[in-house]
Amino acid sequence: MKFYRSHVLICGGTGCTSSGSARLIKKFEEELARVGLSDEVQVVRTGCFGLCELGPVCIVYPEGSFYARLTEDHIPEIVEEHLLKGRICTKYLYSKSVTEDKAIKPLMEIDFYKKQRRIALHNCGVIDPENIDEYIAFDGYRALAKCLTELTPEQVVEIVTASGLRGRGGAGFPTGRKWFFAQQAKGERKFVACNADEGDPGAFMDRSILEGDPHSVLEAMTIAGYAIGAHQGYIYIRAEYPIAVKRLDIAIKQARAYGLLGDDILGTGFSFDIELRLGAGAFVCGEETALIASIEGNRGEPRPRPPFPANKGIFGMPTLLNNVETYANIPQIILNGPQWYSSIGTETSKGTKVFALGGKINNTGLVEVPMGTTLREIIYDIGGGCPNGKKFKAAQTGGPSGGCIPASLIDTPIDYESLSAIGSMMGSGGMIVMDETTCMVDIAKFYLEFTVDESCGKCPPCRIGTRRMLEMLTDITEGRGKPGDIEKLETLGKNIKATSLCALGQTAPNPVLSTIRYFRDEYEAHINEKRCPAGVCRKLLVYYIDPEKCRGCSLCARNCPVSAISGEIKKPYRIDTSKCIKCGACMDTCRFGAVAKR
Amino acid sequence: MKTLADLEEIRKRTLDNLNTRKDEHATRVVVGMATCGIAAGARKVMAAFIDEVAKRNLHHVTIAQTGCIGLCRLEPIVEVTKAGEEKVTYCKVTPEIAREIVASHLVNGVVPRQYTIGHYENG
Repeated sequence: MKFYRSHVLICGGTGCTSSGSARLIKKFEEELARVGLSDEVQVVRTGCFGLCELGPVCIVYPEGSFYARLTEDHIPEIVEEHLLKGRICTKYLYSKSVTEDKAIKPLMEIDFYKKQRRIALHNCGVIDPENIDEYIAFDGYRALAKCLTELTPEQVVEIVTASGLRGRGGAGFPTGRKWFFAQQAKGERKFVACNADEGDPGAFMDRSILEGDPHSVLEAMTIAGYAIGAHQGYIYIRAEYPIAVKRLDIAIKQARAYGLLGDDILGTGFSFDIELRLGAGAFVCGEETALIASIEGNRGEPRPRPPFPANKGIFGMPTLLNNVETYANIPQIILNGPQWYSSIGTETSKGTKVFALGGKINNTGLVEVPMGTTLREIIYDIGGGCPNGKKFKAAQTGGPSGGCIPASLIDTPIDYESLSAIGSMMGSGGMIVMDETTCMVDIAKFYLEFTVDESCGKCPPCRIGTRRMLEMLTDITEGRGKPGDIEKLETLGKNIKATSLCALGQTAPNPVLSTIRYFRDEYEAHINEKRCPAGVCRKLLVYYIDPEKCRGCSLCARNCPVSAISGEIKKPYRIDTSKCIKCGACMDTCRFGAVAKR
Repeated sequence: MKTLADLEEIRKRTLDNLNTRKDEHATRVVVGMATCGIAAGARKVMAAFIDEVAKRNLHHVTIAQTGCIGLCRLEPIVEVTKAGEEKVTYCKVTPEIAREIVASHLVNGVVPRQYTIGHYENG
């Protein structure tokens, strides 16, 4: 057995890879060879550590030194000083990972990780996702072995039900109950499917799990197959995730080579195999019936339910379809027992949830917290607050289907019921943080533009209704809003929610309705005063010249493309706002900082 | 095709190496690797530890380096801390003594006192 006395773990998730971590791995290997340490130090490419803001991330064990924002020129020094001579390069460490007297804090004591509980992510950043042996080392496939050799299918379903796990794709349907329906359903054959079409803008929870720990999903799907009596699984994954697709492909091949997928798994007689199906860029294919249609080879369009996929799914057969993160929890629930899982979280929402923190927040990245953690803890304790001292304004959860949580509700605990009570939803886990420089009307328009683009077009409420809402919002942000628009948006929104065929249409009005609910004053300013309080909507900006600062040099007037500026030399100039096209040329040319906008 | 026993074998085999990334309950072997240590030959001592641990397939062992602890004339110095026990400091360690330490202290739990600092200082 090869024993390496030091492990250099470098993140190979999409985020860090796009920041060049692949080159860094090569550089480390070159430098280690140069000083003769290749046999003592192992360089490992792992999954996402979570603190994406500081990528590329590299953690060196056994010390646990957390090197942040690693670049190629740091590496020779780290190899010489830290790996060869044992002197940790503290100047390259994440500043919050060391104590005042420069001692290395254990990972879980760093502020960012203190309130987290990594369950679905427990292997991400720890193992090499392309090495099945490392997955096995940390209890991988023991849950499958336990199910196949010690438990009946009914017992497996009972365990999942008792754990209280709810679907992590956004709707939060009790997972055990879904498994029970699929188990009870009758059909010539059954299927297990995984929804890896993660389409919410800003969400990358599922991507990180698939890139960092693909075997956890494979193992869970095989367990599900055993529980419901299925022998074929499909992972429907969006093609925009090439690294995840590659890692899944490798994982499936390795699992097959070890006989953990395919015929007669572990000699128990149970057979199960998994294939990948790539999505082609349609957000709506994350909706379960549209996803199934797509797997069948048809255009991704939803259909009415009942019948639910558990009874009639792929090719009309009973199908169990769960989200990636839901599956990622299953092996540990089987191994540690359902009580372990249900002891975490709140009364109705058990376990943990992975969130992708983005937007105006210091610690952008991936976090996993027990249900019931408050928004305040996530934004300030874990997220490190808004950068540049700006005031926190709202957080959007649930992506284009969700609503915003205003600063006044920052102590809301994160769980399914609490979030829907205030007009938002858990969603798949994308959390976009906004500060005082964000315009809430503009945000609503942004999400609506997305859903209008992604609407499949099958049902009129979504196809036509969302488009009408977008037209109204565009008018409002460009100064053509009329009194009564807000009420129209509310009525139209509620009707679309009530009559759309699938969740895309049913939830598309949410960002609009929720921003109206909590930030009505911003809408009113846009409509009645033609003013954007946050200073974002370009067409509503007013450029003006500060007479105190203006020297009357006429430079701005000569550069204005529509001759909207007039005045006399050496006297303050004025901008005619009715002619101004808000191009900003005057502001760019003024050498005295006399031109401003509001 | 793997059986359950094969799975268990892979698990044990790989875990020994991987524990360096996770284990808080490992036995820590810390080798002084400052200039004084290196000059006294600590590199070979560390290599001997690594080799012996690998040969014997020992579980839960981490081997780390450290800087100068001050007793330069007694380098190479190695500190061994088993979980829950007091630290034992060995001095003037050679690759042969290193292998003895692994066999005696790590495997059998018996501290070879004749190589410790205490014995050296006090006879």
